[in-house]
Amino acid sequence: MKAFTQHTGLVAPLDRANVDTDQIIPKQFLKSIKRTGFGQNLFDEWRYLDEGLPGVDCAERPLNTDFVLNQPRYQGASVLLARKNFGCGSSREHAPWALEEYGFRTILAPSYADIFYNNSFKNGLLPLVLAEEDIDELFAQAEAEEGYQLTVDLQAQLVTRPDGKTYSFEVDAFRKHCLLNGLDDIGLTLEDADSIKAFEQKHQQSQSWLFGAIQ
Amino acid sequence: MSAKTLYDKLWDNHLVKQRDDGSALIYIDRQLLHEVTSPQAFEGLRLAGRKPWRIDANLATPDHNVPTTNRAAGVSGIDDAVSKLQVVTLDDNCNEFGIVEFQMTDRRQGIVHVVGPEQGATLPGMTIVCGDSHTATHGAFAALAHGIGTSEVEHVLATQCLVAKKMKNMLVNVEGKLGFGVTAKDVVLAVIGKIGTAGGNEHAIEFAGSAIRDLSVEGRMTICNMAIEAGARVGLVACDQKTIDYVKGRPYSPKGADWDAAVSTWQDLVSDANAHFDTVVELDAAAIKPQVSWGTSPEMVVAVDALVPDPQQEVDAVKRSGYQRALQYMGLEANQPITSIKLDRVFIGSCTNSRIEDLRAAAVVAKGRSVSPSIKQAMVVPGSGLVKEQAEQEGLDVIFKEAGFEWRDPGCSMCLAMNPDKLLSGEHCASTSNRNFEGRQGNGGRTHLVSPAMAAAAAIAGHFVDVREMMNQEVSA
Ligand code: SF4
Repeated sequence: MKAFTQHTGLVAPLDRANVDTDQIIPKQFLKSIKRTGFGQNLFDEWRYLDEGLPGVDCAERPLNTDFVLNQPRYQGASVLLARKNFGCGSSREHAPWALEEYGFRTILAPSYADIFYNNSFKNGLLPLVLAEEDIDELFAQAEAEEGYQLTVDLQAQLVTRPDGKTYSFEVDAFRKHCLLNGLDDIGLTLEDADSIKAFEQKHQQSQSWLFGAIQ
Repeated sequence: MSAKTLYDKLWDNHLVKQRDDGSALIYIDRQLLHEVTSPQAFEGLRLAGRKPWRIDANLATPDHNVPTTNRAAGVSGIDDAVSKLQVVTLDDNCNEFGIVEFQMTDRRQGIVHVVGPEQGATLPGMTIVCGDSHTATHGAFAALAHGIGTSEVEHVLATQCLVAKKMKNMLVNVEGKLGFGVTAKDVVLAVIGKIGTAGGNEHAIEFAGSAIRDLSVEGRMTICNMAIEAGARVGLVACDQKTIDYVKGRPYSPKGADWDAAVSTWQDLVSDANAHFDTVVELDAAAIKPQVSWGTSPEMVVAVDALVPDPQQEVDAVKRSGYQRALQYMGLEANQPITSIKLDRVFIGSCTNSRIEDLRAAAVVAKGRSVSPSIKQAMVVPGSGLVKEQAEQEGLDVIFKEAGFEWRDPGCSMCLAMNPDKLLSGEHCASTSNRNFEGRQGNGGRTHLVSPAMAAAAAIAGHFVDVREMMNQEVSA
């Protein structure tokens, strides 16, 4: 996993609440058996005017020029500014895969759906939560000012605006540690293999029917 | 010892290790696998040279991509090469790692969330995960069940544990008697309409109250299934005699002395009387009417006798623009009666409503009537091969076919249109599934969420109708 320490990037404001993962990456692209290749279909139904099909070269497709990510001023954006309950709906991890591959490193929103929030951390994408008023303020600034950039410092847990104003944000210590160091969860958990085995033994003694039925 | 909620108990019973930062390692009893969210997890295992921790904890079946016709041909009956590859990849992975799989031609194949309970692979007191957000369904058995992402699928395969953080407790208390013709689906849609799609974020919701206790176990599954649409990864219902009776005698359920021991531990799977809930929501069962969603989020839902809401009446600006966008996408006018919405297709199926009781409820309405000529297609897709067999034994297939419904083979089908069953742009569909997101049932498709009985009634009328009126006619006929 890519580590996340500090990032400065262009902000794209996506002014919709309850953006669901079907919107982030529509289901027809979930048929892939790989982890890559989803970036070009991020927000497919909003981004393109025609129907998106897997295996089609997106460079040839008609763009919906009204959609925020297609506007010239937001090309190269790596910070996504979003509204509440971002990433609701389906648990597909393809959503953070698509966002990350498109080039986003971090998302700022007042709230996220739980599964999406969790999945993002596992893919080097930092979803951070700011108060609704702060998000409103950032929307106003990002829309008013072309080339608007923000700096996100995970170590310090700070977002810094071009004018120097900062917002602090909360993040779990464990998630922060993993993200800062790009650590693989499985390796970390397997360091506790003895505790898992001990638990499993006890569990099997008290509830033997949970074991062995499906062979 | 302080009083615990059901969720607290399930959590404590599976806690392997509490870490200082609030996260914890939770032991997972059962993982269900399907073809869409597992290939990258198996690939990850292989790349890291890891083996599954406990093979017998897993059960797999393909569901999302399988076509609902021409099933005898098995995988070669899948026309779409990309879909086929995904199903073949699941078969190959299960073979390679020794995981039990109900393949496409197996009569036990079906939607994972129908198959688990049907086989007794879902048991009270378990922790259950699946790379699918509707894993919440299994909470109807007083099991701690929720959806996970693909990295977590790999994590559970490799370690039999999940890194999790304890959620907050929410109680949704539905007291009183449900009116005639009002079903579990209407209850859960009413709950989501009330608390919103983010209302349950960070919570595990326990559904309780006399109306929930009165529901069948399958009705409770419908309710827990849509907990995720209220933002909660986990939905729960306490264990009672109905739960135990439902589980008894299923292929993977405990037998003999194990059964007795299991039942005695399951008795404790209820929230203690004084347990603390962080959030409590109360609903009056008698006030719930059959529901119809009008917009592009499950919270955009009203009673069948209501009008499509007027965005101008909405004070919250973000909500107002969401309503406007939804009306535009759905091709509806503010203040038009729900019953004036004309339909193109009807879909009865999905992990929300494709079990035998759902099909029976739809068949009661369809019996002796015919699908309106204005409906292009009305399809019934059973949740599993065994549900299909059962329905055929009861003659439900004949009722549906005589009324003009298509009778299909099991799978997710038009719930998310990853297989050939989909809506065309602009078409309105009465659907018993769980998500009315833009494009969910096909690009540009317009989904209205309803109960199976309401869907059948809509198929017959060609537009939404209050199924209770139709059922009254039934009684007098
Ligand atoms: S039926 Fe629909 S919601 Fe259920 S698992 Fe299949 S695609 Fe998901």
